[in-house]
Amino acid sequence: MTILKTAVGRRSFLKASVAASGGLTIGFSLFAAPQTLAANAKTAPDHWFEMNAFLSINPDGSIKVKVQNPEFGQGLMTSFPMIAAEELDAAWDDIQTEMAPFALQNYNWQFSGGSRSINRNFDTLRMAGASARHMLRSAAAQQWGVPLTEVNTSNSQLTHANGKKATYGEMAAAAALQAVPKEVPFKDSKQYSIIGSSRKNLQGKDIVTGHGLFGIDQRVDGMLYAAIVHPPAFGLTLESFDADSIKGLPGVRDVFAIKTYLDGYLQNYFDTNAFTEMVAIVGDSTWQLLKAKKQLKATWKQMPDREEDYRTFTSKAKRFIPGALESTDKHNAAMDALLDGEIKVDRRDGNPEEAFANAATILERRYHGPYLAHNTMEPMNFFADVKADSAYLSGPHQGPMFVHDTVAQRLGLPKEKITFDMTRMGGGFGRRAYPHFAVEAAVISKHVGKPVLLTYSREDDMTMGIYRPSYRVKLRAALDANNNLIAYHVKSAGVPEACTFANRFPAGAVDNYLAEGAAVDSNITTGAFRAPRSNFMAAAEQSFLDELAEVMGKDPIDLRLELLAKAKANPVGEKNDYDADRYMGVLKLAREKSGWDNSNKKLGVAAYFCHASYAATVIDLDVVDGKPVFNKVTSAVDCGTLVNHDAAVNMAQGGIIDAIGNALFGEMTFVDGVPQKQNLDSYRMIRMSEAPKSIDVHFVESNVYPTGLGEPPFPPTFAAVANALHGATGKRFYNMPFVNQLKG
Amino acid sequence: MALFKLNVNDQPVNVDVDPDTPMLWVLRDTLNYVGTKFGCGAGACGACTIHINGVAVRSCQLPVSAVGEQAITTIEGLAYNAAELHPVQQAWLEHDVAQCGYCQPGQMMSAAALLKQNPNPSDADIDAFMQGNICRCGTYTRIRAAIKSAAAKA
Repeated sequence: MTILKTAVGRRSFLKASVAASGGLTIGFSLFAAPQTLAANAKTAPDHWFEMNAFLSINPDGSIKVKVQNPEFGQGLMTSFPMIAAEELDAAWDDIQTEMAPFALQNYNWQFSGGSRSINRNFDTLRMAGASARHMLRSAAAQQWGVPLTEVNTSNSQLTHANGKKATYGEMAAAAALQAVPKEVPFKDSKQYSIIGSSRKNLQGKDIVTGHGLFGIDQRVDGMLYAAIVHPPAFGLTLESFDADSIKGLPGVRDVFAIKTYLDGYLQNYFDTNAFTEMVAIVGDSTWQLLKAKKQLKATWKQMPDREEDYRTFTSKAKRFIPGALESTDKHNAAMDALLDGEIKVDRRDGNPEEAFANAATILERRYHGPYLAHNTMEPMNFFADVKADSAYLSGPHQGPMFVHDTVAQRLGLPKEKITFDMTRMGGGFGRRAYPHFAVEAAVISKHVGKPVLLTYSREDDMTMGIYRPSYRVKLRAALDANNNLIAYHVKSAGVPEACTFANRFPAGAVDNYLAEGAAVDSNITTGAFRAPRSNFMAAAEQSFLDELAEVMGKDPIDLRLELLAKAKANPVGEKNDYDADRYMGVLKLAREKSGWDNSNKKLGVAAYFCHASYAATVIDLDVVDGKPVFNKVTSAVDCGTLVNHDAAVNMAQGGIIDAIGNALFGEMTFVDGVPQKQNLDSYRMIRMSEAPKSIDVHFVESNVYPTGLGEPPFPPTFAAVANALHGATGKRFYNMPFVNQLKG
Repeated sequence: MALFKLNVNDQPVNVDVDPDTPMLWVLRDTLNYVGTKFGCGAGACGACTIHINGVAVRSCQLPVSAVGEQAITTIEGLAYNAAELHPVQQAWLEHDVAQCGYCQPGQMMSAAALLKQNPNPSDADIDAFMQGNICRCGTYTRIRAAIKSAAAKA
C-alpha cells in the first residue's frame, strides 16, 4: 500500500482497500459542500454545474477543472486536469483549465514547492474525476431506469446496452444533484489513456499571444502603482528619508515609511525578511516610480545584533541575527574555520577515526558553493486592495496558505475577511514561497486607502535577499592497501545553514561513516532554491565520487553501482533514506542511453536522490577556446508514474539547463553587506549559445505512486558538468561558479 | 508630460506621458498591452522585445519620444489575424516550448525578427540572434527547435 504512505494531506483519505475489480477504492469525505449543490440546482447562473470543488460541467459539454496549486511553469494547469479527466473518462478536447480560488476548506494543500504538487494531489484529483463520473452514471441510471452498474462511460459519453446514451453535458444538471459517493474505485494504471500520454499546455495559446496571465500584469480601475526603496546593504535599516526630495516629481502621489512586520511580531515560517523598515512610493506609473526611487534621499543606520522569534512548522524557535556588515571573504573564512574545527556529529557508523588512521590512501577535497540569486524572470510583485474591514490580495506566490496568516496578523483582520487569488508566476524556484512583498503591498494599500500593484525593480529583486545559501563541504575517503573504500566522511558548513544529509548515499554503503555539519550566523536572508541544500551537496559529493573512482582505478558508474549493491545487500545502519534499486536503475538507464560504454572520451556522470525522485545525468562536452560546448546531455529519471510525458521531458530539460547555468555562472557576493551584482547585466545567467545542443530525457517505466520532477534532475547535473569538464580539461573543478576557473 | 502619436499593432493611438518614458511602460501602463514583459529595465534580458518596423528592439531602452509614427508591433499584434497565429507562435505551441511562459513573448518577438531577416537560420545564427533573451526555466533547446520548425513553415 504505497499509496497510503505517500498520500499526505489534511483531508483524510481513510479506508483504503482493494476493490473487487482490482482497482483501488478510497473512502473520503471531502469537497462539494451540499450548499454548493443546492445553489447550483436553484440558480446555475453561469450554467456550470459543480460536481465538486475541482470539476464543473457545462450543458454544452465543456468540462472545467480548477487547479488548486499555483502554477509557475511546472505544468499543473495541464497535468492536474489530466489526472481528473482520466478518472472521469472525459474526452480531452472538452477540458478547460482554471486556477482555483484560495480556499482551504475545499483544497487540502495550496502550496507549490518541494516537487510535491502531483504527489500530494494525485489521489484527490483521481477522486474528483471518479466521483463526478459516479454521479453522472447515477443520474443516468435514474433517468433510464437501469442499474448503475450497467451504465458505461467513455469520451464524455454515458451509454447503456439498450441503446440509451447521453453526453456528460446533457446529464450535468441531474448529476450535480446526486449524492457524492462515499467511496469510488480507481482505474488500474494499465487502463490509463490520458495519464502517461503527452498533452499540450492548456494555456499555451494564452502564453504565445501575450495574455496578461501574470501577477505583474494586473490592471484594475483606480489602481495606483507602488515601489519600495530598501536599505542598500544587509545589516542596515531606515534612519530617515526626505519626502520633499521626490514629492513634486510627476506622477508621485505619496511617499512614506512602512514596516513589513510590527515590532515583536512572531514570524511565520516563510516570513523571512532582511529589511523590516523601508520607504514606499505610490504613484501613477511604474516608470515615474522607478525614476523617483533613484532621486529619493534617505539615510540608513546599522542594525544591532538581535534575536528573532519565528514559528517552525511544529513549534517556535529563535534565530540570532548579527548586526555586522558581512562580506563573502569573511563568510568563506568562517566556513573554513568550522570545517577545520570540531562540529556537531549527525551520524557515525563503525569507527571512522580508526579507519582513517589506518588508511593506506586518503582522498580529501573541499568544495565551495556561492550564494545564488533566483532571478525569476518576473520580478516580485503583488496586488492589494485593503479596506477598513476586509482585504483582497492577488499575485504570484507559491503558497497562499502560508501568507494568509501573515497578512491577517499584520492587518489585524480576521482571516475570513481576507480573500486571496493566485496568478500564474513568472518563475518561482522557491523564491516565491517567501512573500514579504505581499505583506508590503497590503501595508502600502492600507496606508493610501487604494488598490495598489507593488512592483520590484530587477535591482530590488536581486538585492532583497532569500538567496540560495553559500556552502562549503569537506569530503574524505579512506582506502585500504587493496584500494577498498573503508571510510567516508562528510563535513559541511554553510551560511546560515549546514547542508549535510546524514542518511543519504553513500551512507549505508560504507562500514565506517561520519557526517557532520555546522552553520555561520548571518543577516543575509536565504531560502529555498530548486532543491535546497541538495543542489550543492550533489555537486560536491558526485564530483568527489568521480575523483575517488579515478584514484581507485574504477569506472565512475561501476563504483557507484558497487556501493549501491552493497547498500542493498548489506546496508550499514538503519536509517538510509534511499532505495538502492531505483538509484541503480537511473544510473543503468543513463549508461545505456548515453552510449557510456562506447564513448571514446570521458563523459561526466552524476546521480542523486532527493525530493522523492531519482535522477542521473550524463554530459558530453568539449572545451573550445576556454568555453564549454555541450554536445549532448542524457538524463535518466525515476519519478514513478508519469502524468504528462512531454511536459515532464520539458521540465527535466529545463532543470538541466538551469543547473548548467548555475554551475558555470551563478554567483552572488557581498562586500560590507552590499550585493555585488544588482541586475542581469552583471549577474550572468545561461543564454542560448551556452545551452546544450541536445538533451535526451528517459524515464524509468514505473507505476509507482508519482513523485516529483521540478527539482530532482537539477542537483546531479552540477556534478555531471564538473566531471565532464575534468574529462575535457584534465582539471578538477571544486569551486562554483566554474567559469572563474575556465577563465583562469 | 507630452502628447505622442504612435502606431501600435496597426492602430493609431495618442498617449500623454513623460518624454523619457520607455516604450515598455507606455505599452504596459498606458496602453494596457501587458504581453510585453518587464524583466530587467537594463536591456539585458530581452523580455521586453518588440518590433519597430519589423526589427527587434528592447522596449525598456527605447524612449517614447524616439519612436515617432514608426510601426510598433507587440506580441499581441504578432499573429496575422485572430484566426491565424504567426508561424513562430504556431511552432511554440507545436513544441510546447513554454514553462512559466514569462520570457516567451520576448523570445518569440526576437525569433520572428530573426526569421524576417534570415528565413533559414543555422544553429549558429539562432544562437547569436537569440543571445539577448534569457529564459530561467531553461527552454532553450525547445526554442531552437521551434525556430527551425517556424523557418520550415514560413
